[in-house]
Amino acid sequence: MRRTTGRLVRGITLLSVLALGATACGSSDDSSDDSKPVSAGDITAALEKGGTVNVWAWEPTLKSVAANFEKKYPKVKINLVAERSGDKHYTALSNAIAAKKGVPDVAQVEYFALSQYSLTKGLSDLAPYGADKLKAQYTPGPWNAVSDGDKVYGLPMDSGPMAMFYNKKIFDKYKIAVPTTWDEYVTAAEKLHKADPKVYIANDAGDAGFTTSMLWQAGSRPYKVDGTKVSVNFEDAGAKKYTDTWQKLLDKKLVSPINGWTDDWYKGLGDGTIATLTTGAWMPANFVSGVPQASGDWRAAPMPAWTKGDKASAENGGSSLALPELGKNKELAYAFVEYANSGDGVQTRVDEGAFPATVKQLQDPAFLSKKFDYFGGQEANSIFADSAANVASDWSYLPFQQYANSIFNDTVGKAYVSSEKLTAGLKSWQDASIKYGNEQGFTVEQ
Amino acid sequence: MSSSVTTTSPDAAAPATGGSKGAARLRTRKQHTPGRPKRSILLTALTSLVLIYTVVPLIWLVISATKTQTGLANSSGVWFSSDFALWQNIHDTFTYHDGIFVRWLLNTLLYVVLGAGGATLLAILGGYALAKFTFPGKRAVFAVVIGAVAVPGTALAVPTFLMFSKMGLTDTPWAVIIPSLVSPFGLYLMWVFATEAIPTELMEAARIDGAGEIRTFFQVALPLLAPGTVTVLLFTTVATWNNYFLPLIMLKDPNWYPLTLGLDAWNSQAQTIGGDVVTNLVITGSLLTIIPLIAAFLLLQKYWQSGLAAGSVKE
Amino acid sequence: MTTLEPPVAAERAPARAVAKRDHRSWTGWGFIGPFVAVFALVFLAPIGYSIYLSLFRDQLIGGNSFVGLDNYTQALKDDQFWDSLTRVSLFLAIQVPIMLGIALLIALALDSGRLYGKDFFRIAIFLPYAVPAVVATLMWGFMYGTKYGLVGDINSAFGVTLPDPLSSDLVLASIGNIVTWEFIGYNMLIFYSALRVIPLSLYEAAEIDGAGQFRVVTAIKLPAIRGALVIATIFSIIGSFQLFNEPAILRPLARNAITTDFTPNFYTYSLSFNGQQHNYSAAVAIIMGLITMVIAYVVQLRGMRKGA
Repeated sequence: MRRTTGRLVRGITLLSVLALGATACGSSDDSSDDSKPVSAGDITAALEKGGTVNVWAWEPTLKSVAANFEKKYPKVKINLVAERSGDKHYTALSNAIAAKKGVPDVAQVEYFALSQYSLTKGLSDLAPYGADKLKAQYTPGPWNAVSDGDKVYGLPMDSGPMAMFYNKKIFDKYKIAVPTTWDEYVTAAEKLHKADPKVYIANDAGDAGFTTSMLWQAGSRPYKVDGTKVSVNFEDAGAKKYTDTWQKLLDKKLVSPINGWTDDWYKGLGDGTIATLTTGAWMPANFVSGVPQASGDWRAAPMPAWTKGDKASAENGGSSLALPELGKNKELAYAFVEYANSGDGVQTRVDEGAFPATVKQLQDPAFLSKKFDYFGGQEANSIFADSAANVASDWSYLPFQQYANSIFNDTVGKAYVSSEKLTAGLKSWQDASIKYGNEQGFTVEQ
Repeated sequence: MSSSVTTTSPDAAAPATGGSKGAARLRTRKQHTPGRPKRSILLTALTSLVLIYTVVPLIWLVISATKTQTGLANSSGVWFSSDFALWQNIHDTFTYHDGIFVRWLLNTLLYVVLGAGGATLLAILGGYALAKFTFPGKRAVFAVVIGAVAVPGTALAVPTFLMFSKMGLTDTPWAVIIPSLVSPFGLYLMWVFATEAIPTELMEAARIDGAGEIRTFFQVALPLLAPGTVTVLLFTTVATWNNYFLPLIMLKDPNWYPLTLGLDAWNSQAQTIGGDVVTNLVITGSLLTIIPLIAAFLLLQKYWQSGLAAGSVKE
Repeated sequence: MTTLEPPVAAERAPARAVAKRDHRSWTGWGFIGPFVAVFALVFLAPIGYSIYLSLFRDQLIGGNSFVGLDNYTQALKDDQFWDSLTRVSLFLAIQVPIMLGIALLIALALDSGRLYGKDFFRIAIFLPYAVPAVVATLMWGFMYGTKYGLVGDINSAFGVTLPDPLSSDLVLASIGNIVTWEFIGYNMLIFYSALRVIPLSLYEAAEIDGAGQFRVVTAIKLPAIRGALVIATIFSIIGSFQLFNEPAILRPLARNAITTDFTPNFYTYSLSFNGQQHNYSAAVAIIMGLITMVIAYVVQLRGMRKGA
């Protein structure tokens, strides 16, 4: 026994030393903080010279954009790697950055995850490339998400101003008015469920993105971020508005406990047992592809308000294209990002069903009057554009929102499956987020 | 003579049971010899219960593979929908996204041939060494193997990724193949099989005939190890075919994906803004993924039978 | 005995003696060398690297610093870790005996030659092992659905209300069911192959003694495959302690019941991939590895001593 362990220990020590050597070699100082402006001429020269740009992005419409870009600049090749989204995408990105190898030149990063990468110096500041001059092109919500002072960490690709999608067939069948405020929403929920116990006004099994968006609209600002100083507080007046209302729905079991984006969810949206869905304006494309059987049943409406007549809205989802610090071909990479998110690429993407973040497209009469067959010919974009214009300002996510969201169901989740209250769930989410922030070296205030 | 065999042999393998129990209790008079037993309906019925348990989910898979995306949403999972779309689904699976499914299938085959084949070979060599040779450090080998396997793999993923990245292996087939080459369980099985199946006297005889170690291994040991080899090959093949977590970390380029990652990518399209929901192709693709394994099993089964007939084992 | 060895090998004293006398040399390394080399690359080196990492703490703000054994002391006081360990221990105590018991019975039934359609049973029961975990969970997720799934169909067909298999109370059992389903065939095949290499002479002797089927099983078959039983138990213990795939893939259907610290392996994954806490994750993994090793070792020792 002793001999065995002795050898084991020796072997492991040897390997650790090897590993230590490997990391020591790997960590090189990168003090290349190049904030020198890059002229339009530099970019044009790079485009003429050509090269390959590696892009990690799952946004489906980028396929056509890349093809058009290559047609316009024949010497540039866009290598679009598109198979992975969400957590798996960030895992790959973080791993590549940690290994300092295989980092893409352009990466899709959702708004909520941007600050985590910019804070750890994972992303290039795009202001020197002229991105800071594009501010006026975008609606305030997305621009607020990609910029930090005079630094710009990505160009907004799409946005998710929120709206309420509702199953008109069901509301008509039970002769229930479509709610315009959250109080009416609760009443409608009761009526619907009474009329048919199988029907729920919505599904909600606890979703971090939805909850934060609801808080956003209700005027709550739980996260305050100032450099490395952050605070987390779910006890302001806005949060109380949300929890009071939503607790009613949970207590009376008026929301269906189906998790979003699952098979059951798509089925529920299709068969009328989920009567409304409050989410981002990008949803129509998913309706068409995921719920084809309910074509014609659904309509879009403005998000219910907290007080009658209030138009305040919020964002849900949406993402940007950013340039990882360790990527190559910066000029080419920026040229592509600008083409896709500010230039001709935007129209291509809108034509294929993406929801833009650019003012020009949002105000385009052709865009606003587009008839959605899926929504029975409704000109839904006008509702979405109106929402985009009314997104409440000043919202910010935590610089570690990805982690915070990952533990949402561990904490707030209890309010959905037990007698625990939403406020208590949010409190434990707050505590866990603060604990993590402290562990990561942030200065956290309550 | 008879009692001495029955008592000593099992006891040789189980010293703690004690020699006194054995012979005294052998009193029954039934004459069902192990080679020619009577079939039992009751036993078959009981086993069928387990069969139902294992097969019902697979039946769901087969039924679901016959449905279109709309059919899946509208019909109950336990029976066919009115539209029978199996052939269309198979066609679409092979042609979706420029036929990338075929590429994933070929990748998986490559990983299986090199990964599972290599793993089996290394396990045979290692098991043979552990069973038939005494060498310095022998006792430590398996202790270290078990100890290393006991460390949760998810925590090792990032260190492994960083190492492989430094070696330039990430995003290449090697990142999948090299880790597949190690099958601790295969090593153990081969150790047991080799201990049982290769009489040391045979090896002695070969050596006396002047055969070198390599020739002894190939001509004497390898044929005797056939049944064990088939079992290990089967396990490593399935393990490589279903490999998911490590390729997920190691590969970014979809052109090198195995089938599991590809199906997972299609499945996650349903969770992506603007994504194309193709549950029907995920299900049909899953079914198509399992079929080659069943074929492999049936094929290996044949060798298994012949291997069993090779001697030193019953029947 | 100080090391893990297959019991059969250890007890074959005569064969061993021959080997020892004639071939105590480095020849063995020629055969096992390739395995050990690859093993060192894909297991030992990352473990060594993890041990190294576990001595540091890398913060989003403030960077990397050496912290000695702080991560280990933190882990030992970490309720989330101990809760997850308790959960898999419960899982282990119930699921493993059921799975191995059924697998053994099936293997014995197949080996008895008393089944109709033996080959069919063998392949059909093995089949679930061939199903990738992603697909298996997709299928069981459907079965468990109280709305559109099999449970829902049963509820509406018989007018009953079965408990939700994905609720917090039942989700561990539901995962146990998936794991059992996946691995019955696998373990069955291990036992079956072990049964197939029992020397015919043992049976002949039993036949002459007039031993019954049951007696043949307890006196000959079980002792002979004890090595396989012990190792299957050890690998099942390791598998239970490392439970990850099934809860991870099932989680989208039951986010509130399957927390990110549901099992130790899930916890290290969440720490590492969601929280970027690679260092702490490594420390938890090393502790978990040590615990698993000790238990596997104890099972090995007991399995050696006790009769089947």
